[in-house]
Amino acid sequence: MLKKSIKSKILSEFSELLSLDHTGCDSIFLVDPENLKKTCNLLKSHKDFNFNMLIDITGVDYSTYGDSEWKTEDATDSGFSRSVSYQDRGKANKNIYKPIKRFALVYQLLSLDLKCRISLKTFCKDDNRPMIDSIVDVWPSANWCEREAFDLFGIIFSDHPDLRRLLTDYGFIGHPFRKDFPLTGNVEMRYDPEKGRVIYEPVSIEPRTLVPRSIRDDNRYKLDDKE
Amino acid sequence: MPEIQNFTLNFGPQHPAAHGVLRLILEMNGEVIQKADPHIGLLHRATEKLAESKPYNQTIGYMDRLDYVSMMCNEHAYVLAIEDLLDIKPPLRAQYIRVLFDEITRILNHLMWLGAHGLDVGAMSMFLYCFREREDLMDCYEAVSGTRMHATYYRPGGVYRDLPNEMPKYELSKFKNKKELDRINQARSGSLLDFIDDFAMRFPSCVDDYETLLTDNRIWKQRTVDIAVVSPEKAKALGFTGAMLRGSGIEWDIRKIFPYEVYDLMDFAIPVGSNGDCYDRYLVRIEEMRQSNRIIKQCIKWLRENPGEVMIDDHKIAPPKRIDMKDDMESLIHHFKLFTEGFCVPEGETYVAIEAPKGELGIHLISDGANKPYRLKIRAPGFAHLAAMNDMVEGHMLSDVVAVIGTQDIVFGEIDR
Repeated sequence: MLKKSIKSKILSEFSELLSLDHTGCDSIFLVDPENLKKTCNLLKSHKDFNFNMLIDITGVDYSTYGDSEWKTEDATDSGFSRSVSYQDRGKANKNIYKPIKRFALVYQLLSLDLKCRISLKTFCKDDNRPMIDSIVDVWPSANWCEREAFDLFGIIFSDHPDLRRLLTDYGFIGHPFRKDFPLTGNVEMRYDPEKGRVIYEPVSIEPRTLVPRSIRDDNRYKLDDKE
Repeated sequence: MPEIQNFTLNFGPQHPAAHGVLRLILEMNGEVIQKADPHIGLLHRATEKLAESKPYNQTIGYMDRLDYVSMMCNEHAYVLAIEDLLDIKPPLRAQYIRVLFDEITRILNHLMWLGAHGLDVGAMSMFLYCFREREDLMDCYEAVSGTRMHATYYRPGGVYRDLPNEMPKYELSKFKNKKELDRINQARSGSLLDFIDDFAMRFPSCVDDYETLLTDNRIWKQRTVDIAVVSPEKAKALGFTGAMLRGSGIEWDIRKIFPYEVYDLMDFAIPVGSNGDCYDRYLVRIEEMRQSNRIIKQCIKWLRENPGEVMIDDHKIAPPKRIDMKDDMESLIHHFKLFTEGFCVPEGETYVAIEAPKGELGIHLISDGANKPYRLKIRAPGFAHLAAMNDMVEGHMLSDVVAVIGTQDIVFGEIDR
């Protein structure tokens, strides 16, 4: 956990650039996408903090945040409810965290001198065409992490030296970790003995849910109590 | 004079020295590498996406299959992340068991690395010796979890069950006579702890054996000394962790810096290299095995003296005992709810990292309060190491690529996820 003194020092030093992200975790700072690169450079070169390592970049698609496949509200007065279909799944309005935009990136930074970690979170401005500055020239380790986020979420990193797909197949279409991409994928592959080569065709398995996603209110875990 | 151009060489994905499904596109100038472009993803299974579609506990099994030579460490990071969001802590005995098995896993991983690295570079016999010791550790896995590799042993709130009081024994067959059988069953006559204790007693001399074969071996040194030198600054910039970072001379170990479980009570040292070449990283990992052995001994001592619970007593998270379910309605309901719906994890976000044998293994978990993770991101140590492949092999010979793949300790289960 982040020490209080370091946290307040970061917040006071970078008061114009960073604010606290209210997720219940105390070391996530929110930064505007325009200021991302500037902030990263400052955090890395600042002699008091010296965040010399970028550990990881996480892409997040917040489009179904708080969705529940199970109506849990009226379970007691009308008997047990059934699982709701994909189209009319309800948003659970009890969520405390409200994402600003659809796509977010979370950067995990580590300072070897200060022995502390922080996370930077930034939301991409445009939901349809998410774009953000690349930070490869700040930390070279961002290279593959950004390629991965581009591949899986379709987030474009401007000025990235080599923005290619990383994990998916050659010639893959779509961005598989977006929430609207089906778990089973869109194409399957097999060897066709007649054509004598490997062919792609639409998937034959139907997507199914074994355990519905449900959000239950549990008084023990109210964030207010913990603080 | 004809103009000689660089040519491109395709290395893998079915090359035996590629440690799995690595495809390298090498741009060569004669025997010298100009540029290396690793193509990964041939083992991509979208573990993180699968995790989003399943209750929390059902993903533990997927974690084993990430880095499939250090199984329990992967589970550990995942389970710690859930515990962090749930705000629970496992009983002390479970913490010691986790540390014990983390260190067993570290030795398992390093033995695999040493054997494979040796084999790649030409020391054939290393592989056989390393696998001899690995077999005993696999038996420990089997004794606690029932499987030799994919254990699913760590659970949120503790471990699945306590250490067994007896070890399975070899049986008489036409390949083993009575005398031979008595010899190999001798260490197995007591409990699991006795067996691990016996292993910990003889393992340091095994490490000595490996070292007599390699440390001063002329061929081994020719293949590893001054190969793929990484300066401390470069190691930091490239995001190296674990033995790769320590080999470059940076004293950094998450077990010491951000202690989790009971590592702060353990007495062990962090080995550090000085030149940052393949040979230093070899020495670091060899010493890590010895240090792991020390930790194992300390855990055994504590575990012998302190029996107790290994799972928290909260049936909203941990299943009740089977015997209680027979005549207690509430236990039955808890059991049913846990295995049909799973538990809901409070809304929040966390990043938890542990010192896996290969480096920093991090789990970034985002929960929106549901019974399934909203987003799970696995930070695999090998990912950052492989990304640095080009920087490490540039200007080296083709045969050194194999040494670099070995020294990076690459496993594709975790890199491709």
